[in-house]
Amino acid sequence: MTTTTLLEKYKTTDHTKISTWFKAAPVSAFPENGGACVKYKDLQIAIYNFSRRGEWYACQNLCPHKMQMALSRGMIGSEKNEPKVACPFHKKTFSLQTGKNLNGDYCDIATYPVKVENGYVYVGFED
Amino acid sequence: MTKIVVIGNGMVGYKFCEKLRQADPDKAFKITVFGEEHWPAYDRVHLSDYFTGSTAEDLLLAPSSWYEENDIVLRRNELVTEINREEKKVISHTGTEVPYDKLILATGSGAMVPPINGVEKKGVFVYRTLEDLEAIIDFGKNVKKAAVIGGGLLGLEAAKAVRDMGLETHVVEFAPRLMPRQLDEAGSSLLKSKLEDLGISIHLNKNTQQIKGNGKLSGLDFKDGSELPIEMLVISAGIKPRDELAKTCGLSYAERGGVVVNEYLQTIEDKDIFAIGEVASVQNMIYGLVAPGYEMATQVVNQLTGNKVKPFLGYDMSTKLKLIGIDVASFGDAFGINEPSTPIVYHNKNSGEYKRINISLDGKRLLGGILVGEASAYGMLLQMTQNNMPLPPNPEDLILGARGGKASTGAGVSDLPAEAQICSCENVTKGALCKIIEEDGLTKLDEIKACTKAGTGCGGCIPMVNDLLKSQLKAMGKQVKNTLCAHFEYSRQELLDIVKIKEIKSYDELLNQYGTGDGCETCKPAVASILASTWNELITKQDTIQDSNDRYLANIQKGGTYSVVPRVPGGEISPEKLMVIAQVAKKYGLYTKITGGQRIDMFGARVDQLPDIWEELIDAGFESGHAYGKSLRTVKSCVGSTWCRYGVQDAVSFAIEVEERYRGLRSPHKLKGAVSGCIRECAEAQSKDFGIIATEKGWNLYVGGNGGSKPQHAKLLINDVDSATCLKYIDRYLMFYIRTADPLTRTATWLNKLDGGIDYLREVVVNDSLNIGEELEREMAFKIETYACEWKEVVNDPKLRAKFQHFVNDDQGDPQVAFNEVRGQKAPVSWG
Ligand code: SRM
Ligand SMILES: Cc1cc2nc3c(=O)[nH]c(=O)nc-3n(C[C@H](O)[C@H](O)[C@H](O)COP(=O)(O)OP(=O)(O)OC[C@H]3O[C@@H](n4cnc5c(N)ncnc54)[C@H](O)[C@@H]3O)c2cc1C
Ligand code: SF4
Ligand code: FES
Repeated sequence: MTTTTLLEKYKTTDHTKISTWFKAAPVSAFPENGGACVKYKDLQIAIYNFSRRGEWYACQNLCPHKMQMALSRGMIGSEKNEPKVACPFHKKTFSLQTGKNLNGDYCDIATYPVKVENGYVYVGFED
Repeated sequence: MTKIVVIGNGMVGYKFCEKLRQADPDKAFKITVFGEEHWPAYDRVHLSDYFTGSTAEDLLLAPSSWYEENDIVLRRNELVTEINREEKKVISHTGTEVPYDKLILATGSGAMVPPINGVEKKGVFVYRTLEDLEAIIDFGKNVKKAAVIGGGLLGLEAAKAVRDMGLETHVVEFAPRLMPRQLDEAGSSLLKSKLEDLGISIHLNKNTQQIKGNGKLSGLDFKDGSELPIEMLVISAGIKPRDELAKTCGLSYAERGGVVVNEYLQTIEDKDIFAIGEVASVQNMIYGLVAPGYEMATQVVNQLTGNKVKPFLGYDMSTKLKLIGIDVASFGDAFGINEPSTPIVYHNKNSGEYKRINISLDGKRLLGGILVGEASAYGMLLQMTQNNMPLPPNPEDLILGARGGKASTGAGVSDLPAEAQICSCENVTKGALCKIIEEDGLTKLDEIKACTKAGTGCGGCIPMVNDLLKSQLKAMGKQVKNTLCAHFEYSRQELLDIVKIKEIKSYDELLNQYGTGDGCETCKPAVASILASTWNELITKQDTIQDSNDRYLANIQKGGTYSVVPRVPGGEISPEKLMVIAQVAKKYGLYTKITGGQRIDMFGARVDQLPDIWEELIDAGFESGHAYGKSLRTVKSCVGSTWCRYGVQDAVSFAIEVEERYRGLRSPHKLKGAVSGCIRECAEAQSKDFGIIATEKGWNLYVGGNGGSKPQHAKLLINDVDSATCLKYIDRYLMFYIRTADPLTRTATWLNKLDGGIDYLREVVVNDSLNIGEELEREMAFKIETYACEWKEVVNDPKLRAKFQHFVNDDQGDPQVAFNEVRGQKAPVSWG
């Protein structure tokens, strides 16, 4: 698959247009202050349990730098209070809120809404 | 509107445009630039980087869009062929005519090609433009032997490039020594032997008579009757200013080439025509460096814009050569011939260093000098020369460094006068830098580079800019703290003390009590390393603060798979264990390779396969090799006295003992050791963080060596000690390093920065001057006792095992992982 078509599969979900809440995995599957990857159809979605902030985030697992399925294994943290993830390969960082590439040299990534209900983590999609 | 035409879009022509637009934001000048080359102006100084991976785009001084954005008409691929001074216009080879009010000649120079028979042959090149380099690279693919004519600055740079292409390399020099303009006899001969060590053959006193070959180049014939068979030749014998346009329009040119200009860079015949850069002949001198060219551009801009003008009355030609691995510098009056002087010379053939400084007869001023082999003092020495700074009481300290445990007496940046020029490429003075640090509150090197352009040219001044930044901040009363990152206002050493004293065991605890925000990818692994070094708890307990490699206890590779490296202490391995590795690799389809660290790496394991693979290895008696950690890697060994006819001690047994002693030890950066059985040093111990070499009486212990991108030999800490003493000193040395080093600093860099250097370290480790020897040994003993194999822990703990999966909602591995086949084994598909 060419890299562009691979990238194009990931589109940020608009919070007002969620049609599917995908039941991803139990809360216990996600490490504290860290991420794990879930499969949804043919997409790979990174989900982070930012327990320090009591927040959850999700984004594409695909790092746009070298097209590596890796972001779920990245370290999370914050830059001026903006939550972010650093790709384990070359430490390109992305905002978990907006998907913006914070180093300013690569394209942004898609982000997805997350909710936790009854011990389960759900990711929102538009389709 | 004044019409400016610039002929030549090289480094100086570009700098002229940049400076003019800076001084003229309202764009009162209409600028047209002609450039003969295909590319817009690029960084010729770093041209050789093209051989080591830089692309033409990387080298551009500004992207093509810059010219548009700044309303500059750039006419690339266009050669100006005529200047019509009566009608004040220039005409290019396409017939285009452009009128001017002021004309700037910045045509630079071309390579000087001596009139040798056969220079027209295929395979003969010059070394000046990107196109030259492309042609050299192309042609070089099909040949094995090459020569460079010219043993000067540029010739040696060309030779290095040719060698990097993997060709047998020869340098042919007419003079009796290399770099005759910069180095004296002793300096040259040391440089020669160092180049020869790199595999470059040097031929001096050679007058090339004939370039031989029937169409294709086959060799050189010299006047003394000797010959040299080669297939490619690069001529780098000097420069020839491109003054041809001046000649045809009646402007004077110098006998040795160059357009003659006065101290205001105006041509003698025509006040509206200026020449700058390598084409200008000022006071009968051609300046073949960028810095003087930039200064000329600045002065012409000042004249055009009515700013204060300094006449150009000569320029310092001090240089530092960029040959990787060999520092060569020459500054001021290098030969001590401009006025009577006394040379002080330090020549150490063993370490390969030659340093010479010329001192005025009254012993008060430094006039110039030469450095070969080690030139870290270049920046300071140059400044002392240029600013007539007073010398320390023992001027030899300048090149010998402080000795006998004394603090360094060399002058620091803080002693420099405000007008001292720190960045010569961009002409930025100390005063200007201090002002910007003070008034604009800059605290980072990057900010300074962006604001002042200092350090953006050749980059040679960066260490000084850094020192200046530190000392200036300190002078302003801002504590210059080596803080970890935005989340911790502490240095690594301070955090380590806090962790120890407050008995902090987790990252969150430390962040809550001593940090701010939520942490980041810089402080998390640094704190992880501190916690591991202090408490030696399993790192899997806090897996999400670890760098990816430590989190999955394996090195991540292209494509997202991991490698598996079991420990093979001392490189000794039984056939049975070899078979286990073979079986595991075969079963899981892993690529195998012998590593540079005397063990075997298995590549291409999916994250979900790691625990299974390790289970099999551990069952067979292997343990983690920590190839992923900032921790001890390998202790290499040679066979030693057991098998080797020269061996004087049992190197293998000792290497195994040492490797097992320090296995799993977490440190600021990785650690490597080696043990050689005799002075022949087959284990390369002197390139390791600690190296042990057998003697008749015991062991010599070396510390602070490094391979990597800046190789450095280890320094002798102590000689002829027995095994127990040797281990005691390594314990102390390693713990002292772990306590005091910055994150990601190898022992070599740490030792280079340690005040007092190896002598001080010896005081601490051997003579126990700080009275912490026993404490350090105790700390190490604790690490040794509490060691446990991380992989064993994971394999036996289902909860930890569960962390090794690609999807948490599906057992499938990563469907994106894909492989090719290379030489019968698998390899990841390459990335874009
Ligand atoms: C596998 C191996 C190359 C090989 O095929 O031989 C290797 C592979 C890597 N080296 Fe190395 N180095 C290997 C021997 C060396 C050596 C030779 C030696 O140890 O004698 C050196 C020079 C000696 C030295 O370190 O002083 C070496 C100097 C480096 C450096 C530069 C360190 C420096 O101080 O400048 C890095 C980069 C770093 O650590 O920051 C590096 C980093 C790496 C990394 C870990 C890069 C990474 O983060 O992905 C590579 C991991 C590959 C993988 O996926 O497993 N590797 N590396 C060698 C493993 C040895 C082992 O058994 O553990
Ligand atoms: C390999 C190498 C390494 C170097 N290393 C260093 C170093 O470490 N430190 C240092 O200070 N200096 C170094 N130099 C020298 C430095 O590159 C030059 O001093 C600098 O480039 C001179 O700038 P310039 O603009 O005068 O000439 P150039 O950069 O040569 O530019 C002149 C331009 O004008 C064009 N031109 C000429 N005639 C015409 C015409 N009639 N019409 C249109 N265009 C024309 C040329 O094609 C060229 O593009 C190095 C040079 C080389 C080749
Ligand atoms: S030298 Fe570079 S490419 Fe080779 S293994 Fe080491 S880090 Fe990787
Ligand atoms: S692949 Fe993610 S930073 Fe390079």
